[in-house]
Amino acid sequence: MFDINLFALFGQLLVGLINGSFYALLSLGLAIIFGLLKIINFAQGALYMLGAFIAFLALKYMGINYWAALIIVPVCVGLVGILMERFLIRPIANEDHLYSLLLTFGLALIIQGAFTHMFGSSGLSYAIPEELKGGNRLPFMYLPNYRAWIIIASVAVCFGTWYMIEKTKLGAYLRAGTENPQLMQAFGINVPLIVTLTFGFGVALAGFAGVMAAPVYSVSPDMGSNILIVVFAIVVIGGMGSIGGAILTGLGMGVVEGLTKYFYPEASTTVIFLVMVIVLLLKPAGLFGKEA
Amino acid sequence: MTNNQKLNLFLLVLALLAPSVLYPVFLAKVLCFALFACAFNLLLGFVGLLSFGHAAFLGTGGYITGHLMINSGLTPELAILTGTAAGAALGALFGKLAVKREGIYFAMVTLALAQLVFFIYLQAPFTNGEDGMQGVPRGEAFGLIDLSDNLTMYYFVLAIFVFGYWVINRTVHSPFGQILKAIRDNEDRATSLGYDVNRYKWIAFVISAALAALAGSTKTLVFQLASLTDVHWHMSGEVILMTLVGGVGTIFGPVIGAGFIVTMQNYLSGGELGNYIHIIMGVVFVICVLSFRSGIVGQLMKFKRDNFS
Repeated sequence: MFDINLFALFGQLLVGLINGSFYALLSLGLAIIFGLLKIINFAQGALYMLGAFIAFLALKYMGINYWAALIIVPVCVGLVGILMERFLIRPIANEDHLYSLLLTFGLALIIQGAFTHMFGSSGLSYAIPEELKGGNRLPFMYLPNYRAWIIIASVAVCFGTWYMIEKTKLGAYLRAGTENPQLMQAFGINVPLIVTLTFGFGVALAGFAGVMAAPVYSVSPDMGSNILIVVFAIVVIGGMGSIGGAILTGLGMGVVEGLTKYFYPEASTTVIFLVMVIVLLLKPAGLFGKEA
Repeated sequence: MTNNQKLNLFLLVLALLAPSVLYPVFLAKVLCFALFACAFNLLLGFVGLLSFGHAAFLGTGGYITGHLMINSGLTPELAILTGTAAGAALGALFGKLAVKREGIYFAMVTLALAQLVFFIYLQAPFTNGEDGMQGVPRGEAFGLIDLSDNLTMYYFVLAIFVFGYWVINRTVHSPFGQILKAIRDNEDRATSLGYDVNRYKWIAFVISAALAALAGSTKTLVFQLASLTDVHWHMSGEVILMTLVGGVGTIFGPVIGAGFIVTMQNYLSGGELGNYIHIIMGVVFVICVLSFRSGIVGQLMKFKRDNFS
């Protein structure tokens, strides 16, 4: 333990922060959707995968580069989400919320199954954009530019989302809708529209994460389901009471995972689930949870 | 004899005669999954808890039984019993943690715990990781009955299934089962009546986990194989689908649902549609949730109520 290899340690911390950025983006999307609809979108992972694939296909067949994809893909994925909400989830909105969970699970199976069928289960690679190639040698580590970009861009998007929800008028509507949708409707605000757009936005975050992930992870049909279950554990750890909590827990758990990879690699796939167990024992509502 | 008893007797006779027309291993597979789905439905249908981690119990039963059959001199019924006990113990741990949260959180907690178990089995040496435990001997039940014959195996599985089904039936129709249903319908009221709700949920969880492990243990003997497929989250999803198709909250529904899904998978995996199996499962899921929430047995019961009473 005492001869710590700083180079390797910081390397794993960086990997942890990058994974954490994706955890944060995905759990943020889940938290936003949960706030208004009270459902967990099981298809969030599949839509993240969809985002990565759209970016890959757009580059390959239409020559749409990474920077354009960063804008176009979230819009496309958001539209898919809007259609899902409008035509599939809304009809059963008044049933037990477990049914909506199962519905999104079915959709996730369909999306993942379709891509496995079309592209096989081996990964495809997406080149790092020219502008972000290379890296910098810092005193204690080598920092590739693209990896730095992931962390900066994700934190910026997360912070922007947090700011929009907590500090702007649109966010106030959203929060009011979370508290009391009936009353808000009585004030003449189009709640169903807000719900649809919120769902679209939460899902678009997954699409954005997918584009960001394409150059660092291989683009494969099961990339979404693997990460999603970890994100579920993170959501349980953080609780879905606050937007900020979702972001912080996501980043924090990424770092915990990175540190575990350095100190005890065998446990790196399980550590987040173990943290969940401990949190459930000590603070069942989650670190930032509001319910009793 | 009530109508229900007559129906059960009729079904039992049907199950006894079935091997004369259908392949015994296929029937045994259906029964294993039927027991698995019934065990799952005890939680979802009668306590209102959606577990997304039941594959962990199926897989644990399978691995423990397989390990014992390969490495110890235990007879199959003792190996199955140990596998079941291991599933119950794991269920006791899972249950303690999961009943702390409700609804959607319950589903996420069980899913995450099951994934933890998946990774443990993936790394543990005794499971053979990706290859799985192959060539598990079936042995001789009670040291007397040779199970290597598929037909004998089928009747052995049928006996286990009838036992498991009976346990569930007794549980649901006992005073304990009434309290479970009260919790499902109105948890706050059950609490206000003085019931320790979490304790009841926990007991139901342990029973359900034990029976799921019983199904997994039996399945390992039938196929002589225990693999990661049984602990994967896909399996947890499949059992939900079986229950949903058959009818949540009906005692017999999951049996029909399991028969439907297993038949569908067998049929599809042979033909050229095999590649579409997950897509088709997803579509069935979506259709069931959108417009067929009471399932096959639920619909039949509704039809009977509307037309014959």
